[in-house]
Amino acid sequence: MTTKLFGEPVQRREDPRLLTGGGRYLDDLGPDALAAAFVRAPHAHARIRDIDVGPALDVEGLVAIYTWEDLPERVGRPLPLLIPHPALTHGRTAYPLARDVVRHVGEPVVMVVAADRYAAEDACALIEVDYEVLKPVVGLEEAVQGAALVHEDVPGNVGAHLVQEVPGADGRGAREAIETAPHTLAFRLDIERSASMPLEGRGVHARWDGRDLRVHSSTQTSTSVRMAVAAALGLPLPRVEVIAPDVGGGFGVKIVHPWPEEILVPWAAMTLGREIKWTEDRREHFISSAHERGQVQYVRVGFDDDGRVLGLDVTILHDHGAYTPYGIIVPIVTSTQLLGPYKIGAYRVEFSAVYTNTVQVTPYRGAGRPQGVFCMERTMDKIARHLGRDRAEVRAANFIGPGEFPYDQGMTFQDGRPLIYDSGDYPEMLRLLKELIGWDSFERAPGRGIGIGCYVEGTGVGPYEGGHVQITSDGRVHVSTGLTSQGQGHETVFAQIAASELGVPIERISVVTGDTRRFGYAVGTFASRAAVVSGSAIALACRKVREKALRIAADALEADPADLEITDGIVHVAGAPNAAVPLSTVAVLANPLRYAFDEETARATQFAGAAAPDRPPVAEGEEPGLEGRDYYSPIRSTFAAGMHAAIVETDPDTAEIRVLRYAVVHDCGRLINPMIVEGQIHGGVAQGIGGALYERMAYDPHGQLVNASFMDFLMPYATEVPHVETAHLETPSPLNPLGVKGAGEAGVIPVSAVIASAIEDAEGFPIDRMPISPSDLFHLRTT
Amino acid sequence: MKPPPFTYHAPRDLATALRTLQEVGAGGAGGKVLAGGQSLIPMLNMRLVAPAHLVDINRVAGLGGIGREPGGVRVGALARHAEAERSGAHPLLTRALKLVAHPVIRNRGTVVGSLVHADPAAELPAVLAVLGGSVRVARWQDGAAVERDIPAAAFFTGPMESAVLPGELAVSAWFPSLAPGAGCAFVEVSRRHGDYALAGVCAVVGPAGAARVACVGVGPVPVVVDVSAHAPDWAAAARAVREETEPDDDIHATAAYRRHLVGVLAERALREAAQEAENRGA
Repeated sequence: MTTKLFGEPVQRREDPRLLTGGGRYLDDLGPDALAAAFVRAPHAHARIRDIDVGPALDVEGLVAIYTWEDLPERVGRPLPLLIPHPALTHGRTAYPLARDVVRHVGEPVVMVVAADRYAAEDACALIEVDYEVLKPVVGLEEAVQGAALVHEDVPGNVGAHLVQEVPGADGRGAREAIETAPHTLAFRLDIERSASMPLEGRGVHARWDGRDLRVHSSTQTSTSVRMAVAAALGLPLPRVEVIAPDVGGGFGVKIVHPWPEEILVPWAAMTLGREIKWTEDRREHFISSAHERGQVQYVRVGFDDDGRVLGLDVTILHDHGAYTPYGIIVPIVTSTQLLGPYKIGAYRVEFSAVYTNTVQVTPYRGAGRPQGVFCMERTMDKIARHLGRDRAEVRAANFIGPGEFPYDQGMTFQDGRPLIYDSGDYPEMLRLLKELIGWDSFERAPGRGIGIGCYVEGTGVGPYEGGHVQITSDGRVHVSTGLTSQGQGHETVFAQIAASELGVPIERISVVTGDTRRFGYAVGTFASRAAVVSGSAIALACRKVREKALRIAADALEADPADLEITDGIVHVAGAPNAAVPLSTVAVLANPLRYAFDEETARATQFAGAAAPDRPPVAEGEEPGLEGRDYYSPIRSTFAAGMHAAIVETDPDTAEIRVLRYAVVHDCGRLINPMIVEGQIHGGVAQGIGGALYERMAYDPHGQLVNASFMDFLMPYATEVPHVETAHLETPSPLNPLGVKGAGEAGVIPVSAVIASAIEDAEGFPIDRMPISPSDLFHLRTT
Repeated sequence: MKPPPFTYHAPRDLATALRTLQEVGAGGAGGKVLAGGQSLIPMLNMRLVAPAHLVDINRVAGLGGIGREPGGVRVGALARHAEAERSGAHPLLTRALKLVAHPVIRNRGTVVGSLVHADPAAELPAVLAVLGGSVRVARWQDGAAVERDIPAAAFFTGPMESAVLPGELAVSAWFPSLAPGAGCAFVEVSRRHGDYALAGVCAVVGPAGAARVACVGVGPVPVVVDVSAHAPDWAAAARAVREETEPDDDIHATAAYRRHLVGVLAERALREAAQEAENRGA
């Protein structure tokens, strides 16, 4: 039994429960709760003339029907714009129920509460909404023409416009540098939409007992949902608790909050005095949650004979859908992370966040990075092709050197802090990747190509997370943190951290996440931040507990705390194993008692001795119990990196595309659990393959999403995902106590770029649009 | 995604099933037959269909089984894909079934149900069509069950439309055996493993050069083409097949790509079937 578990491939402790049906997801709760369902807009853009609920009133089991007019002022306000930004001059959010205009198919218009979901949907089907259909805005380049407007008061459909410039060392701007560069290229890139698509959709369950409101939500941030619900319903914060139960995947879509349903379901539960549950179905998820990725990019680049980029000028149209509840984080991430592991001479990036009559856009795993990396990596390949040079060599010519950290990219990152890379070794990473995939020995043949893609990912953004650690008198360790889990393996890695810090066997450690009853302060699980921020906070909390444990044990053992160590949950004098006291006893000693309810606690009562009669039982400045709480607030993000390569085969006749090999070299600083990191990478690559070869949101010109089911939205199956070969590099982060960087999003980021690179290599013509299907490839070949 | 209300019937014998279907007018808007439910249940849940009655035939005795008979194989209405696949009763049916969806779906879905569903992108209608098989339907008339056999050429009447009339129940399907020494093949391209094909071709090639293909995904019903005249110039045969198809655009592939693809696949299927015929003859 080892307690030095940091860095070990410990098996996921949550899996036996989750894999054998022991998980408790949102829909497993409240089997007797009333069910909510929604009438959702069938048009992409329309004015509501009238709502007639009359025909639905006879449905057996109907309890209530609500339209916007039924909502109290507080509840009926537009949903919050969570992350304002000075460039977001025309931020717009939806009402919880549409007030007068619907701006995408799927927008909620009427809420129905009934005895069960069947009856609720029957009632929804009978409610008649009279619409005046308005001209829909679909397609980015069409939207910016401004012929029709998503929001009447947003000219040109542009919600935000931001220009960022980083001049070169000579002070010249990117455009000037490009004008005078020995070589220049200009091209247009296009990335289609995809979406998070967790196996479990969203869901809310609320219970009001007349005084307290308990809300369960399938969310990535229970603490912030709690504050949002309390604010919207006008409840004192202590009267509201929010719990994230087991959550079947999030991938970004569940960090957005409050969703209309997160306000409406608790409000209806209070209004009706009944327990209510809403479980999103798959069609609802497609048309009324969030999408991402869609961008058009216009690129100009100037470079020298070695392929060094002297100037890069990128103009991005970013499809924001109908609303901007999460601000402009995605295009900001694209703009800043586009730079990757490279030193660009001079850089200018400009984006317009464009409204369209489609589902709103908020971060999906990768959060704008896949688009930025697609842009930069396509650029690198085009430079290599233009110069007739090896693609890896051109990348290497532009790398930031291992001795140049911390490296300041001269921009402002998504957390409002400077874009300064903390550590990395990109040449070594490239060397490892080339070796892993056999770059130099790859034999070119018709219909066979090799591709490469590199990225840097800002992870572990602030502002903070906290950890609470308590050792009880049975020797068990209880760890809690406020951020939530969606299957990442937090129960395992946080326990590994605690085991290593405290010297306690992992079997005695339990972890609770996302329960505001246990930990009230948190930000949430997104931006590859849990291990970095909560992991560090838990380590710091453990160190506090350890220090207290050693102090109490030193007293009991009449030793110097500095001479003590903890092994297998027992505090002992180094080199004297018999002078020892278990942590269970230390926990008893830490909490002086009046009442003895078992043998252990009898040792802590007031007549048991030990405590000096001239001192208070709890010393000044101390607290009873063996517990500690601490927070970690990073000064800025940590920057993980990775490089992927793939070998693909294209069928000369059918244009089918097969990925024969896929290799990943990944650096997320010190590894807490390499197996879990690899699992994260595999999952990310799977999603990346989806985005590269299968997934798109097929909107027709009327703004109807015509593939809103798993029949036609093609998520890759296990049969479509290649085996992923992985190698790790560890350049510790100097910024946090564990030396870690985030890993959650890594796998997905460069996949479209890598697959495009490989197909381009196989086919010999440029691949500037992703995803690519056999039908697309066929037409590229014939034009 | 919950179905609207319907009356559920679970007859135990064929006579009751047929009487019930006659009463509720199955096949039209009034009622639907539930067998494997792999298409009907999702359509119900998405409220794409709203039958007033659902007649569940899963408990009806005598509708199961796969019978090898002289000249062919008779597949009962309750025989699951997996059962037909495992039985190996017909080589082309076995090959086609490996391309049908995934094991979990094949464990529930039925061969006859797939035929009646008549999806033009599905494999089994093409198999029935290329073999010139038939579907046996029964109805209740004058106090007794009356049966009729509908040949494949008349059975598929349009996308998701078959010749089964309201009140009729498809009780079995007949897949004629391959001629002695004939070879067969089924090739297709689908976006993902188990998806409906973008285009697919099944081919039967006889020892004397008799050659027939049926194509999926490139017309409103399986497109059957007799290419015996081109044998053994399979490239020419494939061109002829391509000329016969009228595929549509959809979000997964353009009509032009599908038309190209059906030619490629027709040639591959014919070569494979001819090779098998040759191996049998050898």
